[in-house]
Amino acid sequence: MGWPTPASTGVRWKPPESVTADNLVEVSGLRFGRSGRPIFSGLDLGVRRGSITAIMGPSGTGKTTLLRMITGQLRPEAGTVKVGGLDVASLARNELFDLRRRMGMLFQNSALLTDFNVFENVAFPVRENTRLPEALIRQLVLTKLNSVGLRGAAGLMPAELSGGMGRRVAMARAMVLDPELLLYDEPFSGLDPISLGVVLRLIRLNNDALGLTSIVVSHDVAEISHIADHCFVISEGRVIASGAPRELAESPSELVRQFMTGAADGPVPFHYPAPDYAEQLLGKPQ
Amino acid sequence: MTLPLQLWDGLLHSLRKLGAAILFLIEILKQCPAALARPKLISQQVRNSGVLSLIIIMTSAFFVGMVIGLQGYDSLSRLRQEDILGAGVALTLFKELGPVVTALLFAGRAGTSLASEIGLMRATDQLAAMEVMAIDPIRRIIAPRFIGAVISVPLLTAVFNAIGILGAWFIGVQVMGVDNGAFWSQMQEYVDPPDIYEGVLKSFVFGVTAGLVAVFEGYNAPPTAEGVGMATTRTVVTTSILVLIFDYTITAYLL
Ligand SMILES: Nc1ncnc2c1ncn2[C@@H]1O[C@H](COP(=O)(O)OP(=O)(O)OP(=O)(O)O)[C@@H](O)[C@H]1O
Ligand SMILES: [Mg+2]
Repeated sequence: MGWPTPASTGVRWKPPESVTADNLVEVSGLRFGRSGRPIFSGLDLGVRRGSITAIMGPSGTGKTTLLRMITGQLRPEAGTVKVGGLDVASLARNELFDLRRRMGMLFQNSALLTDFNVFENVAFPVRENTRLPEALIRQLVLTKLNSVGLRGAAGLMPAELSGGMGRRVAMARAMVLDPELLLYDEPFSGLDPISLGVVLRLIRLNNDALGLTSIVVSHDVAEISHIADHCFVISEGRVIASGAPRELAESPSELVRQFMTGAADGPVPFHYPAPDYAEQLLGKPQ
Repeated sequence: MTLPLQLWDGLLHSLRKLGAAILFLIEILKQCPAALARPKLISQQVRNSGVLSLIIIMTSAFFVGMVIGLQGYDSLSRLRQEDILGAGVALTLFKELGPVVTALLFAGRAGTSLASEIGLMRATDQLAAMEVMAIDPIRRIIAPRFIGAVISVPLLTAVFNAIGILGAWFIGVQVMGVDNGAFWSQMQEYVDPPDIYEGVLKSFVFGVTAGLVAVFEGYNAPPTAEGVGMATTRTVVTTSILVLIFDYTITAYLL
């Protein structure tokens, strides 16, 4: 298994710094709307192979939606989402499934299978997608559970887990097959400081030791800055800033500073589009 | 909106839904070979929807059998024809009541739980998570449940018929004093293989109907508590109506 690279000629080919061929995920001109409201209006971003890329942005800007497009659950109205050079929206169903075998995704709400216990949840993708012997599956699952600190919880049912534990189980499940691209939707929410540190190190470690590419969606500017190689800040359907975390923190842009410092008032709107507040409270017809 | 317009709208809505259901059935059928290759998943579903419906099916069958026994005895004794009670009961059960009542009970007992289970899986993103893990939910979740229903309903119908006859025998022979030998021999005399085939055909069609409606409603339920609740209700209503329509159609066609 490996992503198709232009280097397959055998000649050592070193891409220039800015060339897009080195991007594992490539989003260009993305447009998408929901219930008549535009969510993306011409979004462009690229995720470098082997990097940890953070996607930040206010709640409701479409970060989860973007991940759903990268995994082919939603189709863009215009523009393309390419993963490993393949246009996700144009793939046939079996090609899409082949592509997904190389991805892992941590859902924002964990999405554990409620009928199976923790062990079986993590083992599920292995059992369904491979024919490994039981002993190996056991070893694989326990190793992953151990790395998120939940080996002892292997026999519990999802309903018996706390939110943060469920998230860590979902994380073990997302990476159990060592995918080449890992998508994390809010991996830090609901974690205590200790698990948070563990999870942060785990994302970095996984990325470096296994040579993965990671996309981390998060609001936690401080946490994500520790591990991300590159950040994108999305607001109102476009990328409003991108760069290394340090560059963003020192950004002269008011937009980015507002996001980094968490002020409610500023160029990035805190409110979902709404009619005038006073008018609505006073009951005037809209 | 005026009434004719509303009716027209309702009709269009139903037709659109019918089309979607047929496409969904085709999708399921395509995945059936792969699902059949994993008999364990299917036997688990036969257990979930079939075995767990056994109690309600058997209880109902016994009472339905007793009441046909009683009514049949009452009618036949006016004609002094009590001896053919066994034949009358068997024909009623095999051709009509067995398949129909079993399908209706199945929709209420197993169809509802299938629909709400699948609806809840959708609402909690479990189906989406499977998709992303490159596991086709139609193959892994929907097809085994559908096949489970298609296997269960005919089997449950057979159980229903057997217990129903027992109920009728109990009332007719033990309580009302119909001759035991006549009860069974008249049954053998008048029940022909085509009568049995008719029942088997019906129970198979009803199994497909009940299974498809349940998984379709669950799979397409809006991902909310209310949406899942409504899908459950619609499962019973739709299955019941379709079963009665198909029952009439098959009977009319075969006669
Ligand atoms: N199923 C849906 N139907 C209609 N609109 C939707 C649906 N799902 C999401 N939206 C809308 O799409 C927008 C983006 O949602 P999304 O979940 O991608 O946001 P997000 O950036 O992940 O937010 P958060 O940080 O809170 O998770 C929101 O404004 C939301 O109202
Ligand atoms: Mg989100």
